[in-house]
Amino acid sequence: MKLLTHNFLTSNIIKGVTKGYPLQIMAEKVDVKEVEFNPDFVTKMLPKIDWSALIKAAKDVGHGDGLPEAVIENPESNEEFLKAAHNALMQVEVIEGKLVCPESQREFPINNGIPNMLLNEDEV
Amino acid sequence: MLTSTFETPDISHITTSDANYVYEPAEDSFLFLDALQSDYEELKKSKPNICLEVGCGSGVCITFLAKMLGQQAAVYWCTDINPHAVCLAKKTAQQNGIVLEAVQTDLMQCFEARLAGEIDVLLFNPPYVVTPSEEVGGNGIEASWAGGLHGREVIDRFLPIVPKFLSKSGVLYLVVVKENKPEEIGEIMASHNFEMTTVLTRRSGPELLSVLKFRRKLTDR
Ligand SMILES: C[S@@+](CC[C@H](N)C(=O)[O-])C[C@H]1O[C@@H](n2cnc3c(N)ncnc32)[C@H](O)[C@@H]1O
Repeated sequence: MKLLTHNFLTSNIIKGVTKGYPLQIMAEKVDVKEVEFNPDFVTKMLPKIDWSALIKAAKDVGHGDGLPEAVIENPESNEEFLKAAHNALMQVEVIEGKLVCPESQREFPINNGIPNMLLNEDEV
Repeated sequence: MLTSTFETPDISHITTSDANYVYEPAEDSFLFLDALQSDYEELKKSKPNICLEVGCGSGVCITFLAKMLGQQAAVYWCTDINPHAVCLAKKTAQQNGIVLEAVQTDLMQCFEARLAGEIDVLLFNPPYVVTPSEEVGGNGIEASWAGGLHGREVIDRFLPIVPKFLSKSGVLYLVVVKENKPEEIGEIMASHNFEMTTVLTRRSGPELLSVLKFRRKLTDR
């Protein structure tokens, strides 16, 4: 699971949970896999990204270095920033571990890089 | 007119044992690939950023889309309710040099809050076979085909959430058979101000398969 994916996952569908975001990452195995850098793609994704959730996720998995606390001004013209964002979003991957709902503490296992977000019928 | 053709993804890694747990690419899957290919120029021009396949099974469709549109241009996500499917989909992508992110979830439930209005290309080859309703709702291999009444039970849960997820110019491709009553599906989507076109139709044995395409009516785009 890339942190890009994590940035879009919520557990709000659980009965009684209002926001369910961001899910806390408890990582057991983290990998960094090289992915070709596409500045246009990163620039276009930035407005859709919840930056504070990304920062927290990156720190939680031990890859928070070099990421500013907020999206900088005119990010499209700052390659260093875009590369740091690319690394956090596209290259850092949680292979084994779990996601935890911040409100209900419900846990979602991550195996082979795939989060299992399935809920039982009585949970929704 | 010059039409581009793209290779079918390499699926030689899929074993007979995989096929016991995951829907093996079949006529409907290949019709889906043909439909996507026939829309290549238009898809390319629309410059999608976020593409997602619901019910990816082996992953052959989303892998094909990623190869066709280019890995770096967009993010490719896929979901399936079947744990073996999401696993195999990642392998299929890898086998074809594609980076695919997979999540096990019901439809796209876990993305509902954060992907609202964001999906540019949405794919679903649903369980469309008419079966007893009791067969619907599992997450094993039977979830590949069991569609319940008119083969519509999963489709009918999916349709109402589509408007919420698609971006303004977003498009949905959906595989159906005649028994699913495509005209009625068109009416349901029309009530959400979506227009329907039929991209391709093909008979395969007893099945009359079609790939339908839905977009917001021009006034809403
Ligand atoms: C007809 S198969 C298509 C597989 C693959 N996309 C293809 O074209 O070869 C339908 C797929 O939908 C999945 N599915 C069924 N119900 C689902 C649900 N509620 N949420 C997510 N996936 C579902 C099945 O597990 C199966 O993989």
